Amino acid sequence: MAALTLEEIVVPLRSFSLRLSLETDATVALVGPSGAGKTTVLRAIAGLVRPASGRIASGHEVWFDSARQLSLAPDRRRVGLVFQDYALFPHLTVRQNIEYARRHKADDYLERFSIRHLEQARPPDLSGGERQRVALARALARDPDVLLLDEPLSALDTHTKAGVRAELNDLLRGLGIPVLVVTHDFEDAAALASRVGVIVEGRLRQIGAPGDLVAGPNDPFVASFTGANLLHGYGEQTGGVTRVRLLDGTVVSTVDDGDGDVTLAVYPWDITVSIVPPNDSAMNVVNAPIRGIAELGNRVRVSIGPVSAEITADSRNRLGLEVGTPAYASFKATGTRVVANGRRGHARQVSG
Amino acid sequence: MKRPLLACLFVAISVVTLIFLALPIVAIFAHTTPGHLLDQFSNPVVRDAFVVSLKTSLIAQALIVVFGTPTAYLLATRRFRGHAVAVTLVELPLVLPPAVAGIGLLAAFGRLGLLGSTFDALGITLPFTQTAVTIAVAYVASPLYIRQAIAAFEATDPNLTAASRTLGAGPTRTFFRVVLPLARAGLIAGLALSFARGLGEFGATIMFAGSLQAVTQTLPLAIYAEFDRNFDATLAVSGVLVLLSVALLLGLRIGLTWQRSPSKRSSYLFGPSVSG
Repeated sequence: MAALTLEEIVVPLRSFSLRLSLETDATVALVGPSGAGKTTVLRAIAGLVRPASGRIASGHEVWFDSARQLSLAPDRRRVGLVFQDYALFPHLTVRQNIEYARRHKADDYLERFSIRHLEQARPPDLSGGERQRVALARALARDPDVLLLDEPLSALDTHTKAGVRAELNDLLRGLGIPVLVVTHDFEDAAALASRVGVIVEGRLRQIGAPGDLVAGPNDPFVASFTGANLLHGYGEQTGGVTRVRLLDGTVVSTVDDGDGDVTLAVYPWDITVSIVPPNDSAMNVVNAPIRGIAELGNRVRVSIGPVSAEITADSRNRLGLEVGTPAYASFKATGTRVVANGRRGHARQVSG
Repeated sequence: MKRPLLACLFVAISVVTLIFLALPIVAIFAHTTPGHLLDQFSNPVVRDAFVVSLKTSLIAQALIVVFGTPTAYLLATRRFRGHAVAVTLVELPLVLPPAVAGIGLLAAFGRLGLLGSTFDALGITLPFTQTAVTIAVAYVASPLYIRQAIAAFEATDPNLTAASRTLGAGPTRTFFRVVLPLARAGLIAGLALSFARGLGEFGATIMFAGSLQAVTQTLPLAIYAEFDRNFDATLAVSGVLVLLSVALLLGLRIGLTWQRSPSKRSSYLFGPSVSG
């Protein structure tokens, strides 16, 4: 399969420049906050935005090369772009939308995306999930060498989202072409792509398997984006561990090095909640009344002091946890990572 | 429940306004019966004026669409140096007194005008011909179409154009398959307004083309010419013009509500000004 290659592309944006190199022959998700330049990456690949410099190629086909003053028009790049708002033609029927690229009859796509019954409907009359299927069908009916998805799940309500995410995942796995997904949601990214890149202010901060980003975030931003608790404090080396005094006075230990101003990351699923003082190997214990409880499907997020723990709904019921219940949150020093150290500065400090 | 004083006042003022607007129309038809109106079509002056008006209007509107549409699209989608000047130029005939427009046309295309010697050498005489009527109508009516067209093109979602391009359609196919159909409602509205304005054209036409029966005498000019000779004929011609205008307006309303769905923003009757 032909790989998609971005070499040092630079696109000046209002307050910063997008700078990116990337090569992939599978599904990659770019995840970052809104305004990070994610959509611009897709538009540059599709030829809707012209980078100031760099090179974009699909296999041996060069689409853009600033050195050679080369830039193919969007209609000459074999790219399928699914817009965030889907950009379906409102004056054409579903069938006409899918056949717009004039490469295939719509029938196969209508079957494949289970939208046969919508064939004669017009986009304004469709639901969000239906529009997305039509948009995907239309993009694929163009025979793209590269598929680009802009926030494919953000226009859907939570209820529809889970189902669509699974469907989309199946679809992308079977495509056999490079796919670039941009999203602001790490969970969506992790569910859809085997590699996830975190992009902030136009720069790729870290790219890797979702599990690797969670296990070893390069900086606080990546850590918080992957769902970690971030704890800021002042660290001192003592013996084998680093003791970090947090702003509220709690002392937390970590096996990572760090002294001076440090930022720690702890994942909610690495935190255990109990109502009696824990008597186990975990070195870090926070004791406080429960600040808040949020249900996320079959999981429950419980906030105790400076951290949030994620436990099952069953555990919550067994322990009878309610807001205000005094509880202990414990986590291991080995699961507590230093993601930024102000004095040593081996990880960049991030704002926002 | 007692209505507040202000609401009563507003209702009263609105009623006066509507009566004021309707009264002249009602008066015309109070003086003439439908049968009488039809009778006047045997009057050669009326018949000739009708034919001249229809012919020159149709040609003028065709020219406005052919030249105005690309101009409007360019002004709506591109920003360049002199953009504001270009838009002002497009809107100029709207504020220019029609008589001044007529003098201007005469000064440009007349025998002694700016381009007079050029046309003379080519053996073309414009003033006081039917071509002059068409030019005068096109000049005066064009802003109504072009302004509306600019608004309609500006209201089409640029993402749809982008989507069309990524689906392999070039700029031409994108224009005809996506941009034009989406702007259609706005374009039709503009055309109807421009048509109505062109039919009523008086000042520029009489200056530049004169009022020769069966050649340059349009319906409004015939009204003026027949005014002191045959008031009945005048009323009949006026009746014809009123019916045409109402038909245009109704057709427009029906046409716009009928094709509602896609771009609601472009289906207003009188688009916002795009100057500046």
